[in-house]
Amino acid sequence: MTKRTALYDFHVKNNGKMVPFAGYMLPIQFKGIKNEVHSVRNDVGIFDVSHMGEIIVKGKRRKEFVDSITTNSVASLKQNQVQYTMMLYENGGIVDDLLVYNFDDRLLLVVNASNIEKDYEWILKNKWDDIEIENISDDTAQIALQGPHAQRTLEKLTDYNLDDIPFYYTVETNVCGIRVILSRTGYTGEDGFEIYFPNNAADKIYPEIMQAGLEFNIESIGLGARDILRLEMRYMLYGNDITKDTTPLEAGLGWAVKIDKSDFIGRQALIEQKEQGIKRRLCAFEMLEKGIPRHDYEIYREHEKVGFVTSGSSSPSVKKFIGLGYVKVPYNKIGNELFIKIRDKMIKALVIKPPFYKNGSHR
Amino acid sequence: MNIPKELKYRKTHEWVKIDGDTAIQGITDFAQSELSDIAFIELPQIEDKVKAGESCGTIEAVKAVSDLYAALSGEIVETNDKLGSNPEMINESPYTDGWFFKIKISDASEIDNLMNAEEYEKFLAEEH
Repeated sequence: MTKRTALYDFHVKNNGKMVPFAGYMLPIQFKGIKNEVHSVRNDVGIFDVSHMGEIIVKGKRRKEFVDSITTNSVASLKQNQVQYTMMLYENGGIVDDLLVYNFDDRLLLVVNASNIEKDYEWILKNKWDDIEIENISDDTAQIALQGPHAQRTLEKLTDYNLDDIPFYYTVETNVCGIRVILSRTGYTGEDGFEIYFPNNAADKIYPEIMQAGLEFNIESIGLGARDILRLEMRYMLYGNDITKDTTPLEAGLGWAVKIDKSDFIGRQALIEQKEQGIKRRLCAFEMLEKGIPRHDYEIYREHEKVGFVTSGSSSPSVKKFIGLGYVKVPYNKIGNELFIKIRDKMIKALVIKPPFYKNGSHR
Repeated sequence: MNIPKELKYRKTHEWVKIDGDTAIQGITDFAQSELSDIAFIELPQIEDKVKAGESCGTIEAVKAVSDLYAALSGEIVETNDKLGSNPEMINESPYTDGWFFKIKISDASEIDNLMNAEEYEKFLAEEH
């Protein structure tokens, strides 16, 4: 069954091209993917990301519990801080990547739409007796407002001084008179906010933000542009770049793994992988010849297959064809030339230092 | 959806404009809108022989890649070189600046297999 977000009718009315994604009908584009990418990089864009999952964790030992199932350090979080982290299987493979919101009475886990059920089951399976878990995904809508003019748009709709929310911090406040969770976070590399609220407020908040953003040329942004914006920043897409068959160390996410914090599921596997040496790494490459790398295309060095593409696209912001892929060490080194097999032709690519887009407004 | 009356159409969403024994080919407004944001195309070369319904190039859009099918059999006599640096012309003007190539028709009877604008419009309504 394909679900609809609270904003479905609104998107249809705004000429959103609706497609099924992760169990939801969502707009893949409105005015065109390239234009939407430019809107977010230069002005401001609004995204319906209500498909994302929200799971509440309560209980006195909630931080210790979430520390036992995630790679990053929850214990080190300041009040109202947000953290990027991962849940792992025992073998080090990734269950999901997620955000942890540290409120004074609870933790909020924001997980990928395609993984909501799997994650919820996984958390329940590993849950401690004194911990309470609630999956509020179906009742919660989420909007992302991203771009250099995101703050100027949003400050018209809230009394909260947005300068008081640093990058990766959150508050509970009012937006358009509705009680929301508001964080300075995002998936684009631009300054911006993510806003969580009950479904029934969606058709009030979304149009009011659109109205407030008119003077800054706000546009509705679909999944197509969202995927390119994140790729230009080398942000991971679960299912493509990271899966149950890849580890955080291979994916270059070691910065979100605090191996010395305390025990967590998957820790032993990561220690062993580190000792044995990492055999392949996710690398960023740009095409030196015409060709768009796409998911699952093979990567070669001379005649030897050395990896596979996990994500790729044409990048409107850097005007190059770009991609990510797992490549056997040591062919993953920056400056190395590789070949992507695109419909039986070997097309030359160069391993580069990420991100692809280096002028993002996020802080 | 824009479907000019004077053109002929194929089910795979190509249009052709017949002029004596040659034809100009492109893709329809519907096709460009479905593909959206075309990043580049690989056209056949001049003097290439192409066959109706067979792949003679590729269209790389941001979202996905598709084959480019020849609408009629014949020899390529001209290609739209401007598309190399301005592939967005296909999205902006699929029936004019966004044309693909000109073909010298080898089998005029194939023209009868094409749809007129009215038939193509009906086909779109039924299929999509």
